[in-house]
Amino acid sequence: MLFVLVKQVPDTETKIRIKGDKSGIETNDIKWIINPYDEFAIEEALKTKDKVKAPAVTVVTLGPDRAVEALRTALAMGVDNAIHVKTEGETDTFTAGKALAEVLKKEGAQVVFAGKQAIDDDQAATFGYVAEFLNWPSVSVVAKIEWDASGTSLKAEREVEGGTRFIVQSSVPVLLAVDKGINTPRYASLPGIMKAKKKEIKTYSLADLGLSAGSAKVKESDYLPPPDRAPGKKLTGDAATQARELVKLLREEAKVI
Amino acid sequence: MLGFTLSEEQESLKETVRKFVEKEIKPVAAKYDQLNEFPHDVIKMAWETGLMNIAVPAKFGGLGFGVVEDVILNEELGAGCLGMTTSISVNTLGSYPILLFGTDEQIQEHIGPLLEAPKLAAFCLTEPGSGSDAGSMSTIAKDMGDHWLVNGSKMWITNAGHADLFSVFATTDKALRAKGTVCLAVNAKSEGISLGKHEDKMGQRCSDTRSITFENVKVPKKNQIGKVGEGFKIAMSTLDRTRAPIAAGAVGAARAALEHSIRYSKERKQFGQPIANFQGLQFMMADMATKIEAGRLMCLNAGWLLDQGKLEQGSLAASHAKRWSADMAMEVATDAVQIFGGYGYTKEYPVEKIMRDVKLVQIYEGTSQIQRVVIARHLLK
Repeated sequence: MLFVLVKQVPDTETKIRIKGDKSGIETNDIKWIINPYDEFAIEEALKTKDKVKAPAVTVVTLGPDRAVEALRTALAMGVDNAIHVKTEGETDTFTAGKALAEVLKKEGAQVVFAGKQAIDDDQAATFGYVAEFLNWPSVSVVAKIEWDASGTSLKAEREVEGGTRFIVQSSVPVLLAVDKGINTPRYASLPGIMKAKKKEIKTYSLADLGLSAGSAKVKESDYLPPPDRAPGKKLTGDAATQARELVKLLREEAKVI
Repeated sequence: MLGFTLSEEQESLKETVRKFVEKEIKPVAAKYDQLNEFPHDVIKMAWETGLMNIAVPAKFGGLGFGVVEDVILNEELGAGCLGMTTSISVNTLGSYPILLFGTDEQIQEHIGPLLEAPKLAAFCLTEPGSGSDAGSMSTIAKDMGDHWLVNGSKMWITNAGHADLFSVFATTDKALRAKGTVCLAVNAKSEGISLGKHEDKMGQRCSDTRSITFENVKVPKKNQIGKVGEGFKIAMSTLDRTRAPIAAGAVGAARAALEHSIRYSKERKQFGQPIANFQGLQFMMADMATKIEAGRLMCLNAGWLLDQGKLEQGSLAASHAKRWSADMAMEVATDAVQIFGGYGYTKEYPVEKIMRDVKLVQIYEGTSQIQRVVIARHLLK
């Protein structure tokens, strides 16, 4: 059975504002999307389904009520089933990983696709927890997957420094965290959207999975905006004067020469 | 009760189209405009994404969307490229005569194939000598017992060069004017049909516009849509439903012109500051925004009325929406070129294309003057 893990994140164009009490970001007025890396995971799962003739692809997300929209979008892209692990407030990656692993266990997952990281907090941690709790192998930053005919073993390619590739062989069960560029995600087609509306979404609470908000190992204390960047300096005068000034600044201010 | 919230489904429609436009249309819009070429690849992808034929009822395998959804679709497409918008949307225009007046068998036969493969339909009403006065058409359909024999020519037919289905309007007796007209679903590959060249237009250059000549074209009687004498009525009922979406395309183009203006005015510096700081430009952009907002609401209102079955009110509202949105978009695009100054007048920047593209909306599917005639006739009746 093929599964995809997705996370709902703020749109890449969101202007992030931090709450007055520094406890998080302002979420009113945010447009939520499926984490872009997870779109590659969905596409890869759908392609794999065709390739290995798997019966279905199931998408799983963990988040508040609004996360259902991400599931609907995945369904509209062609995913067959959807599961929502409902949470309230913040969930740390440990709890999220544990909860998702429990769901995958209960649902009999064999192959799990995920994005290599979520673009909101960029932790790239959840999929690792999930694989660990399942005691499965995982391959991250996957750029290409080749399945054998039976769909039980695969070769996954990872990009490594210098443009070379690192090839990992694995058998199922396995978790594959994919990189962008592995494929071109399809659109949620209009007929897909109409069909997705009618599909039922299975729901779990943290309690159903033997967890609670108190399971968290990490507590976020403060959110801070990145420091303002100092304005650039514009040099004036003829070329010789500018060059002299530049060398002086590089030596005295930047201290790089 | 008054409500302006889109349904969840309509929101996802908007999202999907917006994404499609960003990824598939915007990057190639200027290229196809300059090449004066039909964007086969984009059209095929639009079909695969389900953006074409949205008005086909669910019982025939379509999405069964109404005019409001068509308005939403066209505004989003229009923000990318009005030429492609026209090419994509003409399938709905070409299908409505059959969807509205055809029998179930006729819908299955002629519209079914449009849902199965990326095939195109064209709406053939206008003629070299018959534009605003559509009732004066001279393409003749002669009753030959088991078939109609069609002779004449049509002009400015969108998608003509790539369509498989022509919805053709012809007269059976010119003396009867509108009352002598008939609508025929014609196989575009029929013997006796010849096509003119892809017109070299000012704007919307990628959309395929051609003349069509019919020379002793045999059309089986079973392809007759509605009754003899209903042709004009069928054409007008169709246009009542596509007028607001066409107008919405102009709203989308105007929105794009404003978005470009906002971006450019923040970057362009004169007198030591971004030109967006000048109130003269701020007021221009504020007026552009207000006009666009008015156009959008008028289009949605017309669509809503039509979807509620309030056809007479909806038709009038669609005339208001088309007249306003077409003229408004022309003004907004002209102002956008003004904000860009000399750069705006070149093909290096996107606003001159919008200005050329929107000009056509004041002309096709009922000129701005004809819309005023319709509105005035209503006022004075």
